[in-house]
Amino acid sequence: MAATAGGLDAVREFEASWRLLRTRKRWMTAGYGLLFAIALLVSAWVGEFDPVKLVQGLPRIHEYVAKTLPVLTLSNFWGDLAEWFYGLPRWLTLLWETILIAYIATLLGTIGALAMCFHAARNLALGKTSYWVTRRVFEVARTIPELVFALIFVFAFGIGPLAGILAIAIHSMGGSGKLFAEAVENIDMKPVDGLRATGANWVQTIRFAVLPQVLPNFTSFSLWRFEINVRSASIIGFVGAGGIGQEFYTAISRLYYEDISALIILMVFTVILIDMVCERIRHRLIGKEGFA
Amino acid sequence: MILRPSDMTASAISRARMLSPGAFGAPLGQRLPHWLLGGGFFLLTVYCVVLFEMSPLRLWAGFGKLIEVVGQMFPPTAKGAALDYAYAMLQTVAMAFLGTVIAAVLAVPLGFACARNMVPGWIVRFVFRRSSDVMRGVDQLVWALIFVRAVGLGPLAGILAIIIADTGTLAKLYSEAIENIDRKPIEGVRASGASPVQTMRFGVLPQVLPIMLSNVLYIFESNTRSATILGIVGAGGIGFFLADRIRTMLWEEACFILLMILATVYLIDWVSQRLRARITGGDSTPALH
Repeated sequence: MAATAGGLDAVREFEASWRLLRTRKRWMTAGYGLLFAIALLVSAWVGEFDPVKLVQGLPRIHEYVAKTLPVLTLSNFWGDLAEWFYGLPRWLTLLWETILIAYIATLLGTIGALAMCFHAARNLALGKTSYWVTRRVFEVARTIPELVFALIFVFAFGIGPLAGILAIAIHSMGGSGKLFAEAVENIDMKPVDGLRATGANWVQTIRFAVLPQVLPNFTSFSLWRFEINVRSASIIGFVGAGGIGQEFYTAISRLYYEDISALIILMVFTVILIDMVCERIRHRLIGKEGFA
Repeated sequence: MILRPSDMTASAISRARMLSPGAFGAPLGQRLPHWLLGGGFFLLTVYCVVLFEMSPLRLWAGFGKLIEVVGQMFPPTAKGAALDYAYAMLQTVAMAFLGTVIAAVLAVPLGFACARNMVPGWIVRFVFRRSSDVMRGVDQLVWALIFVRAVGLGPLAGILAIIIADTGTLAKLYSEAIENIDRKPIEGVRASGASPVQTMRFGVLPQVLPIMLSNVLYIFESNTRSATILGIVGAGGIGFFLADRIRTMLWEEACFILLMILATVYLIDWVSQRLRARITGGDSTPALH
């Protein structure tokens, strides 16, 4: 009898605490929801997101896009196509230059990241100062957008691809450096201990115990970085730092409507092609599971 | 047999080489492709250095000027415009937030339409996938440039650019999350007699929602960084001031703005990472997309 009463009490207690938990959870959800709604309203107000203006703008967007599309007639299809892509030889040269800018910037950025990432890894850092300094350098380099670096470098190195290359290189050094350091922090430390026991110095330890473990990851991160850098290289031309961006900027500001669509098609095609090739190589390097 | 250094005669080594050639490094046939690849990359690099005129002299002069510029950046000051800058920074974050939220909603139907296990016909999937490729393949700044022409200068163009570019990115991330779901809960829910809508709600959503939210937060972090440059083409936010101060060589103010961007991005990253950890129950950076 007493046991049953105790059991009922337990059930009642359980239900009461469950109800309390549920109420608390509902209040929490309502609170976060309210916070989210306020943030949304403030954003809309500060961001001058006016639905009326948006609705008025929509037909103009449509108009603009329609203007950039060429007239392709069936009777003179190839002729129209040739007219649309009249600048193809020059554009292909510029695209090639854009890819080369991305290549050399990725190379420089990777070298920079490689040189510093072992200092920025907690398990291999030589001292607190070098760890702190390399971490901060990576953070600043990856937070400041490449276009801002490009603006400053155009002033220092003059208008042209060199400024763009250095801007993308610095930015990707920060991005790759962080990923590299994380990969180094996740290595198996046994080979490191083994090499240290043989009396190897820091550089030798890294060369023979760390590098063989992380090299496939590093290569695949760098390939991924290259894909990103091709995109970046296509816009740094907006501030005069080389590549196809300059041509695009001119087409937009001088209202060469049909050039705009032709250039976008070329850029998208290039980006997709490079992504596909790099993805193939990446999957071969580290297997599919590494990039869920 | 115990080997002593004195046993390491030339003949012993060549005998060992005959016995197990693999222990002495890869044969020429395997090494040659590596050399060719390395040589090819070397030549490409040399070609780039020549093409882009990366001469040491030019680099030296440029770095000298750069150090001069960095020297002029300190001490960073706002020259009385701190409030204007802070408001522009707030506007940048607002653009990123609003753009991400709208893109996150718009990408849901698109993500489902791109997922292999949700849409049976390949034609539908092909069309939606390619359109999300185009949205994602064109850089945010290019979209901004186009929208500035279409709806005029201001943050609206920037928000639209963020929406378009990130709807494409998120649709791809969503569809990958949807394709990786476990079939068993869906079959279980269906076996209990659930309608298609109920199957979605109780079989699919609980599996993909945390991943989707985590992806959205990650994109939000990335957007606070990329939204800082939208102002360079007149699409609102802090970028306008930054580009203007750099072009007019007001380095102290440019440095002030840069430090403000750094502080804001750290703050957003910190908040977003904590939220992400709560949602997914641990640290998870979405896979490189």
